[in-house]
Amino acid sequence: MPRSILYPELRRLLDAGAQLVEVLPREEYAEERLPGAINIPLKRLDAETTADLDKRKAVVVYCWDAL
Amino acid sequence: MSPRAACRLEALGFKQVYDYLPGKVDWLARGLPREGEKAGQRRAVDVARDDAATCGPKERMGEVRPRVEASPYGFGLVVSERGTLLGRLRKVALDDDPSSRAEDVMEPGPSTIRADTPLDQLHDRLDRRGLKTAVVTTPEGVLLGVVRRDDLNETQG
Repeated sequence: MPRSILYPELRRLLDAGAQLVEVLPREEYAEERLPGAINIPLKRLDAETTADLDKRKAVVVYCWDAL
Repeated sequence: MSPRAACRLEALGFKQVYDYLPGKVDWLARGLPREGEKAGQRRAVDVARDDAATCGPKERMGEVRPRVEASPYGFGLVVSERGTLLGRLRKVALDDDPSSRAEDVMEPGPSTIRADTPLDQLHDRLDRRGLKTAVVTTPEGVLLGVVRRDDLNETQG
């Protein structure tokens, strides 16, 4: 089951080379995003759009906030 | 949205999936680097200064007062060892008994703003309240700096 994390854990994962995925719509990603994040909007999240992600490495997803 | 995305990734065979639940709002509020079309827009953290006098909660006012008087502000900020903002020392507190501890004379829980507050909003807020400064902290309350209204006036042109 995916684990929810806060900033300190995110920092640790990013420092260890985790992959970062913003799942918001493309327009919001284009406006402002975390450095190094790629964009896969939730509605387009499937085997094809995630093919470039490395399944052996950690993946961190995020959207706008917890609401 | 992100919890659903995390579950979806697991269903697709990813074994190490994490959900940064506080999201982009949390990251931006920390004043951390950002990319994108709006990344160049200046926010509170971009004009915040680190020249406010700070002290620990156990420090005596006799030690703190000279530091505050040497700073550009008429107040001091009390922070924990980890940098969390605990309170503000107003002018009246600076004149207190020199043996008083900062934690005993500080105003606890001063008003703060987040690092990603847009400068025009911040300018309006300070104008409405007749304030000359705003204290910038992370979502956990770690002190990032102080914004001066004079600096905003220059920025606003």
